[in-house]
Amino acid sequence: MEKTMICILCPVGCHLEVDTDLNVEGNRCPRGIEYAKKEMTNPTRTLTTTVAIKSATHRRLSVKSAHPLPKEKLFACMAIINNVLITAPVHIGDIIVPNILDTGVDIVATNTILNGDAASG
Amino acid sequence: MKKHDIVIIGGGAGGLAAAQGASASRLDVLLLEKDAQLGGILNQCIHTGFGLQHYKEELTGPEYAQRAIRELEGLPITIKTNTTVIAIEKTTDFTITYTNESEGETTIRATACILTTGSFERTRGAIKLPGTRPKGIITAGSAQRYLNIDGYLVGKNIFILGSGDIGLIMARRLTLEGAQVLGVAEILPHASGLTRNIVQCLHDYDIPLYLSHTVTDIRGAGQLRGITISEVDANFQKKPHTEKHFEVDTLMLSVGLIPDITAFNGLSFAKDNRTNGALVNQTFETSLEGLFAAGNALHIHDLVDDVSAESLLAGKHAKAYLENKNQKAASHIDVLVDEHINYCLPQRIQCTQDTDPITFSLRVKAKHEKATLKIMQGDKVLMTRKRQHLAPAEMERITFKNVDRLDDQTPLSLKLEVS
Repeated sequence: MEKTMICILCPVGCHLEVDTDLNVEGNRCPRGIEYAKKEMTNPTRTLTTTVAIKSATHRRLSVKSAHPLPKEKLFACMAIINNVLITAPVHIGDIIVPNILDTGVDIVATNTILNGDAASG
Repeated sequence: MKKHDIVIIGGGAGGLAAAQGASASRLDVLLLEKDAQLGGILNQCIHTGFGLQHYKEELTGPEYAQRAIRELEGLPITIKTNTTVIAIEKTTDFTITYTNESEGETTIRATACILTTGSFERTRGAIKLPGTRPKGIITAGSAQRYLNIDGYLVGKNIFILGSGDIGLIMARRLTLEGAQVLGVAEILPHASGLTRNIVQCLHDYDIPLYLSHTVTDIRGAGQLRGITISEVDANFQKKPHTEKHFEVDTLMLSVGLIPDITAFNGLSFAKDNRTNGALVNQTFETSLEGLFAAGNALHIHDLVDDVSAESLLAGKHAKAYLENKNQKAASHIDVLVDEHINYCLPQRIQCTQDTDPITFSLRVKAKHEKATLKIMQGDKVLMTRKRQHLAPAEMERITFKNVDRLDDQTPLSLKLEVS
């Protein structure tokens, strides 16, 4: 099955065509080939979302996957993350969900929330 | 009445960098922020993609904000949060009135002032949407705040008007949270947002993008029930028999940002009707002496990294203004642009002994492959730069080093030669 995609590695945005044997066309530089191959074989994305937090000042804590996750697992990861309730204080980088769905990737806090300390949010 | 050297209004990315740039042991610098926390809109921009230029690392919005806040640690800057500026006037000095819970209404004086108040979103009224006026029509930034800060999903079946970056980011975010995003309509024949956001926010989730389409009807009495979009021609007029109907409970608008300087209408400084912000020289000083502007309060940026870089410079120039205050006012030359360029900052250049390089920020009117940017004075070409790719959604920057070669009588002009 042939697939078309836009390379996002630079602002030019080449329109790429990739076939099942991973032959790439439309790229104006070699980086486009690598991008297309990765997108065809193992597309990954960094997931960013929020979890509920018990805190005097905040209702949500922003989090991210510390590394990109397989694209097809994003919704399953969301289902787990949406059942988490954290209690302040939390610091940037704290692990919120370790090794989510056995991917080897942790979900970590991207903000520091110190209970009752509004200025530090 | 307490007197400060430099007062910075707005503690988002722009204000934080401006404070860092303005800070000096001998200067009294005050930063005023209306929210409970610093960081501004970065706090609700929980996605990644920030900081690649400024911090050489990919960060989320809150991480970027925390990084910028940490850079102020140990610097002699007074910060007041939960503090709203309600009036500002200029006589010899600036007179600024603010209010907060502990001090009540307070008036202070300042020698220089930096506006880093960010921007506000265009609303339904600004683009004259037809149809009824039910609830369920919301700007993308408001929906983002409800979701990421307060934890509320604004709707279940959502259509997005406008392909600005916030709208695209929200299309993905709402989808991940379980809402159905039925499509994005863009009145222009090309997307307004960055390509990477079109790919990662729309293509990844099979969300259709309707180019050259706009909303032509809104239905629902109390609550939004549905919308109609239609194709438009080159003059943005609705083409007959191109209607598509969508049953939605939410219409989200991502139709542009406008510099938020309406609170400063009492100050008389020249504005640029293309940016809707102030007109500035290369030191980011407006036409009103001692008043500086930077970040989205000056013109709308694509990347927060550019906001930080620009505001840091504005802060440094405000500091230099304090130090050289007794110098005679310098003459200015205008910066003109040709028909391919929408706008360029700075709009004028102050002719002084200072020969620091000047970085011009500009936006083109249309997409171009292989174009040549020229900086000229009269018939003299001072600088030429080739560009492989230019687009309205991507701000272009060009740094001019030979400032000593400028003649102080002739306007500078930026020309774009397209093939």
